[in-house]
Amino acid sequence: MRYAMAVDTKKCVGCGDCVVACQTENNVPIGYCRDWVVENTVGTYPQLELEIRSERCNHCNNSPCVRCCPTGASHYVEGGIVLVTPSDCIGCGACIASCPYDARYPHPDGYVDKCTFCEHRVKNGQKPACVDVCPTHCMYFGDLDDPNSEVSKILKKRKYKRLIPEAGTDPQLYFLI
Amino acid sequence: MIEELITSGRMNYKIDPQLHIWGWEIPFYLFLGGLAAGILYFAAYYYLRGREKEMPAAIKIAPMLTPFMLVIGLGALFLDLHHKPYFWRLYTAIKLESPMSWGAWTLMVVTPLSIIWSATYLREIYPKWDWKFKWLYSLETFFINNRKVLAWIMIFFAVILGIYTGILLSAFNARPLWNTSILGPLFLVSGLSAGAATIMMMSKNHLERNMFSRMDLVLIGIELFFIIHMFMGFLASTQVQLEAAKLFLGGPYTLPFWTIAIFTGMILPGVLEFLEIRGRHIPAYIPGLLIIVGNITLRFIIVYAGQASRYLY
Repeated sequence: MRYAMAVDTKKCVGCGDCVVACQTENNVPIGYCRDWVVENTVGTYPQLELEIRSERCNHCNNSPCVRCCPTGASHYVEGGIVLVTPSDCIGCGACIASCPYDARYPHPDGYVDKCTFCEHRVKNGQKPACVDVCPTHCMYFGDLDDPNSEVSKILKKRKYKRLIPEAGTDPQLYFLI
Repeated sequence: MIEELITSGRMNYKIDPQLHIWGWEIPFYLFLGGLAAGILYFAAYYYLRGREKEMPAAIKIAPMLTPFMLVIGLGALFLDLHHKPYFWRLYTAIKLESPMSWGAWTLMVVTPLSIIWSATYLREIYPKWDWKFKWLYSLETFFINNRKVLAWIMIFFAVILGIYTGILLSAFNARPLWNTSILGPLFLVSGLSAGAATIMMMSKNHLERNMFSRMDLVLIGIELFFIIHMFMGFLASTQVQLEAAKLFLGGPYTLPFWTIAIFTGMILPGVLEFLEIRGRHIPAYIPGLLIIVGNITLRFIIVYAGQASRYLY
């Protein structure tokens, strides 16, 4: 099993609902976020191209954060989801420095926090909160090893890209372009 | 034109607008760890070469400082942790892929080793010192009789400690400035240079001082070679490493790096040591202190600039 997420940059309007849903679902402390929306503008007026992306932890297959963690607090669980066990985390910041996506942050309680792909929902057959709440249905989530999953089907049909694959982390967040 | 904005307003503490997860504690520790590693390396090396009489500062006196350096360094590392009550978790796991893990274990070996090494010379330096308990005297005799074994273990772990201060950073492929394997050898040599400078400053023996002065000159030469090599590597590499090099070649770190770390911390003391070797009288603490200042600056700049270097996004 390999969980992955696809975000349709042609459908995303950048409303930020995913960000709020995540903060509510996961009790993210005020002033912090586990996911965020990026607007990328390329060109010179009036020839401008806009791409909007909802970004979060890429749950990489070759996660530098898991590799750098000195205690094993950062680890993989079923489906390749990368999680942090707060009671194992010393808050040294090695994983934060190692993430090319800057997806992690030190939680006010001390441990390092990040997107969990809503593992607590996913293991019960639900989708992550951000995916569920998206008003334009621009996000797809599922098992890449299952050819009939939503995410497998959309990745077969559409062109996609991943962010900075040259960092060598094999990220599992796909952006439909 | 390319403009990229986080429109949902991400402003995570210590992450945005630019990564600054590591403050003064880490470079301060890297300096102390490298310095202690340098001193312990020379102590063990010259002990094994049988130079105990000619090198009192290197073998007996300077190592007395290392337990304090390591303990203060460990204290700084502890201050840096965000989840302090769980620090002991470092010692419930051994993760070979994580430099921080084996670095923590190395410190666990080197710190007691430095204490034992200094303790075996304590009564020689302070003849009035009294261990108070009989078993401490017998322990002392045991370690004095086994100094050779201690020295072999110490030389091995001193090199690991010295090189680890650089490898810790070079393991992060997300920060292109750090992601160069030359950083390990560079920090090792710079730690050895700081160690040699400290011994030079503490030595009262002219021959020993002269010898470490010469050695420092060679080490500075190697350091400069590594730094030039590092920039050659960056400039011949991908866009992200070109951007990393630009931080020092016209970017915000240009002035402090080239004036303090390189000129004041390496070239100037190098010239002074050269003049000393040529017969001019130069007080040892002038090049010594300059080297220490350069060493601290180098580590601060590399740690801070590394956090400013990132993948183009």
